[in-house]
Amino acid sequence: MPHIEIFASGLITSFLFRAGQAAETAPLQYLTGAGSKATPVVWLTWGVLLISIAVVVIIAGLLGGAIWHRPGLSWVVGQKAALYPDRDGWRWLWIGTGLSALALLISVVWTVKVLAGIQSPSTRPAVTIEVTGRQWWWQLHYILNDGRDFYTANEIHIPAGGIVRLKLRGGDVIHSFWVPQLAGKMDAIPGLVNETWIEASHPGVYLGQCTEYCGRQHAKMLVRVVAQSPADFRAWSERQLTGPDRTSVAAGGEQAFAAHCGRCHSVRGTAAAGTLGPDLSHLMARQTLGAGILPNDPATLGRWIADPQAQKPGNLMPAIQMPDSERAGILAYLLALR
Amino acid sequence: MSSTEYERRPTAAAEAPALAKQMDLLWRSAPGLYGWLATVDHKEIGLRYIITAFAFLMLGGLEALTFRLQLSWSNLHLLTPEQYNQLFTVHGMTMIFLYAGPVLSGFSNYLWPLLLGARDMALPRLNALSYWVYLCSGLVLYSGFAIGFGPNVGWFNYVPLAARAYNQGPNIDLYALGMVLLGISTTVGAINFVVTFLRMRCPGMSIDRVPILIWGTLTASAANIFAIPAVSLAFLLLWMDRNLGTHFFDATAGGSALLWQHLFWMFGHPWVYAIVLPAMGMVSDGLPVFCRRPLVGYSVVALATIATMVLGFGVWVHHMFATGLPGISLSFFSAASIIIALPSAVGVFSWLATIWTGRPVFTVPFLFFASFILLFTIGGVSGFMTGSVPVDWQLTDTYFVVAHLHYVLIGINVFPVVGATYFWFPKFTGRMMDERLGRWNFWTMFTGFHLGFFPMHIAGLLGMPRRIYTYGEGMGWNWVNLVTTIGGFLFAIGVLLFAWNVVKSLKAGERAGANPWDAPTLEWATSSPPPPYNFAVIPTVASRHPLWEDRLGPAEAGRSVTHHGLVLGEGREALGTTPLDAEPNVILKMPGDTLAPLCLALAMAVLAIGLALVNWFVAALGVALAAGAILVWLWPSTVLGETAEVPPHG
Repeated sequence: MPHIEIFASGLITSFLFRAGQAAETAPLQYLTGAGSKATPVVWLTWGVLLISIAVVVIIAGLLGGAIWHRPGLSWVVGQKAALYPDRDGWRWLWIGTGLSALALLISVVWTVKVLAGIQSPSTRPAVTIEVTGRQWWWQLHYILNDGRDFYTANEIHIPAGGIVRLKLRGGDVIHSFWVPQLAGKMDAIPGLVNETWIEASHPGVYLGQCTEYCGRQHAKMLVRVVAQSPADFRAWSERQLTGPDRTSVAAGGEQAFAAHCGRCHSVRGTAAAGTLGPDLSHLMARQTLGAGILPNDPATLGRWIADPQAQKPGNLMPAIQMPDSERAGILAYLLALR
Repeated sequence: MSSTEYERRPTAAAEAPALAKQMDLLWRSAPGLYGWLATVDHKEIGLRYIITAFAFLMLGGLEALTFRLQLSWSNLHLLTPEQYNQLFTVHGMTMIFLYAGPVLSGFSNYLWPLLLGARDMALPRLNALSYWVYLCSGLVLYSGFAIGFGPNVGWFNYVPLAARAYNQGPNIDLYALGMVLLGISTTVGAINFVVTFLRMRCPGMSIDRVPILIWGTLTASAANIFAIPAVSLAFLLLWMDRNLGTHFFDATAGGSALLWQHLFWMFGHPWVYAIVLPAMGMVSDGLPVFCRRPLVGYSVVALATIATMVLGFGVWVHHMFATGLPGISLSFFSAASIIIALPSAVGVFSWLATIWTGRPVFTVPFLFFASFILLFTIGGVSGFMTGSVPVDWQLTDTYFVVAHLHYVLIGINVFPVVGATYFWFPKFTGRMMDERLGRWNFWTMFTGFHLGFFPMHIAGLLGMPRRIYTYGEGMGWNWVNLVTTIGGFLFAIGVLLFAWNVVKSLKAGERAGANPWDAPTLEWATSSPPPPYNFAVIPTVASRHPLWEDRLGPAEAGRSVTHHGLVLGEGREALGTTPLDAEPNVILKMPGDTLAPLCLALAMAVLAIGLALVNWFVAALGVALAAGAILVWLWPSTVLGETAEVPPHG
């Protein structure tokens, strides 16, 4: 088979090329990192990846050499063919296994070192967030260092350069929290609190997704981390601590919202105090709807309220029957929640 | 029995026609439907295993092709999320449980007694039971899917998603009890292999003379005996949680969701090795035939097989690196998961050395066996990467792992199995498979495989999570997925070429003769296909390569005897030997046709369905039927010589 070697090396070359190229365009790639937790792992990932590629190239070369350096005759069914038992191949085993053991040992030591280095952050956290995975969205409970707290969903604002402590819980089934540019995965498991941390060196938006299969809409459970300058983050969190702006909110909309939506959703400082669905206190300050899958604009929001099942089939929000005027009031109310 | 007595038993030449006729009368299953259902012949059972497993492989492949279409570009709507979730779950269940394990059981069932110079497995009725229960479990596992209630939470079936609160239908109950059934099948099969290894090797076949396939299946079987109770228990507890109100896995009532993962992977990881080690054994035995020399490093390869399995019990946590376990335990399991690559390296360098120091003949089985080394290496190094905890936190649950597991399962199971089919097909049927078509088959499968599964590594490194039914436009995964889908279809064409070759060669293949490959082991000493009694006289072996001894020189100066020896023709008889040295030790009375295993399997299926639907009447019926079948099974039989001496046959 004269193609194995060429085929393998061709694949590897194109693989490296594509990996480099696609890093630019794939928001969930992790061949680069953007923080003090992700970076040492990026180095380790490239390290073991290159060791792996080297092993495959060497073995493919040896296999090709073994196959073609001394081929036998063609086969005749049922005929006795010569045997070549004389050459001793034990040297292959000693050298091959010895070198493999060395490479494996280096990898183990490097792994344990990186693992120890990223287990816990070096400085005190700037903020603590309880992240609860729910079918199919993320509930966020911010606990500021001064003890004040607030709820939001699906969009995690953090101060760039600050350590952010995350306490992960599974609100119904198991989910897994993953923002690859910032850190590896950590599961959110019912009955447990898994603590982990993230840090982003620079302001930016980092995409994440649930990575533990969690049911029908597992595919549509995204999360965004928005890293801001510390001043911007302070401003954002102060805003989150407030209730709706009474001057711009239609009172009728607020009543309709509390009546139709308040059993599941809350808006800070109003009668709507449900906890089954995302907190909507500052809904329009978020970039997306439906756990990161739809743009958050008035038209999309209107469609979502009218028929959530058409936008994300199987999600737990029912389409509520109500007069169009009332629905329009609720929409107007929501659009004012900034 | 002393060796003097052994010498006094009648011996004969295997070629004697009268002897062949007498043995045939004793061993052939009854004609017609009754004999077909009642046979306990390991060759018949082995072939059934293989054919059933291949049927499941085809089903699993169709499922995969269906959802690959859905994934070939972003935001497609060929399948609903629920359909997708059922399909990927059933695909995993089919390939891992109903194909990969059983197909190896099939080959081992067919080949073991022939490789060992025995007339059957040690426990032939248990062997039949193992097959029938496997078939029934397959039907139970598929029954939900067939009526639209397939399991939909992944083959790993994590709680609480699999709990009643999140999954109301009968799907998970059928899955749970189908898995318990399959566990019974695998366990009794495993016990049979272990006992056969200890008791049924022909005289002279000490443990350092058995083929590597024997070591592979033996270690896999020993592991299964220890691993399967964990998963059977887990599924039974889940069934109780769902139907009897217990809370083993219910965190809201003091149970633990992680308990499921521990129980499942304590089974799951050893199982991964159980479904590759016998296939690696096939390569270790088949490859040397086409390199025209013995395997380099037989003893270290046998020891590496055992070492892999032992270490395989200490790495289950690498499926759970992201569950928040303490750092010290992660370090331990990480190191174990990386070091387990070492015995695999022993295998790889042994195969390489065997090719290098031999003179390879490029037959179709050789192509499959040799390419396996490359696929094994690629699947091995990607596994090594996931063994490193911090790297795994990124890789896990992405397509990188999907790529890894397909390189492992297709590379180390499907490729060797297809190669083994080309290799042993002449023994099974008396005819050769077509070499020319075989080359087309190989190159299509090989190209399709890489085209389909290599890009999954890239999709994974680009962050594509597993088990998503679709993905957004801007994720950067469109092209890799399109290529994967095309490769998947090409691979499927390769599998169809294989199936076509099998069908075609059954009718029109070249006649094979007893030993078409000039291979060294005992299965090639008897005719193709072998007679129901395998060997007319019990062979005695004196080396690892009984049929090559005359040509291997002073290194293996033994003198095996295959054409003259002990007859044991007073009824269905086989020779039991001592566990280590294979000294003749006892004459075993072997059972003949019986419907008891089939009836017991059906009874168990009735019980499983009764429990799955929580219908106590049906369950009780199953218990009663099972009790009846066991009673018939255990009833003392004069034919077996259990109650009286049987006069010698004329």
